[in-house]
Amino acid sequence: MTGDVPVVVRVQTEDFDAAAEAARLAAGRRDAGAVVTFTGLCRDEGGRLSALELEHYPGMAEAEIGRICRKAVERFSLLGITAIHRVGKIAPGENIVLVIALAPHRHAAFDGASFVMDFLKTSAPFWKKEHFADGSEGGWVDAKESDDRAREAWS
Amino acid sequence: MTKLVYFAWVRERIGKGEEEIDLPASVRTGGDLLAYLKTLGEDYAHALEHEKVIRIAINQEHVEHDEPILDAREIALFPPMTGG
Repeated sequence: MTGDVPVVVRVQTEDFDAAAEAARLAAGRRDAGAVVTFTGLCRDEGGRLSALELEHYPGMAEAEIGRICRKAVERFSLLGITAIHRVGKIAPGENIVLVIALAPHRHAAFDGASFVMDFLKTSAPFWKKEHFADGSEGGWVDAKESDDRAREAWS
Repeated sequence: MTKLVYFAWVRERIGKGEEEIDLPASVRTGGDLLAYLKTLGEDYAHALEHEKVIRIAINQEHVEHDEPILDAREIALFPPMTGG
């Protein structure tokens, strides 16, 4: 049963506060022994990029992340999970994605957060476009085979 | 009428984010849909040139190309995802 486990999913343009979100997820829990917080940041790729622009499929993006989170709750017996993904133009150094997994023990919390990230990258409908440091618009980021392999490693 | 939505470079190449379209009865699967759309013009042909790369979602859930699109309210076509 995953029905009673808190699953928080948000897609938003504004930034998030990882520490505040983790504190909120763990607040009042006496059964949790571990909280793992993963934050994905925007890289400048060696000075090449001025920004990444994140596009998403409204509705499906939230639904798909929710499906992934519920699978993680079931598989790793998590006590709670939060997943927040930003969209729009994001500058190097800024946050892109946040995943927080709450569990009785550390392995489940690490695995839960890692599982959600591996599936989110390959099956949640988001796309990155590059903007170059010289002001020009770059192309769409290509999907990586290494990300597909990371996902398949869970099966 | 079926609502079609496009994202990322599929959207850019087709030149619009969404449209309502009357699909012929012969279009039964996602694969049929891609083949049909490619006959609608150069923009569609360019966007959907590499059919195997295109991902399909029906009513906001992923489907394989050989799955039926019967009763779909909304069909989305988009490139492999690169979020996270």
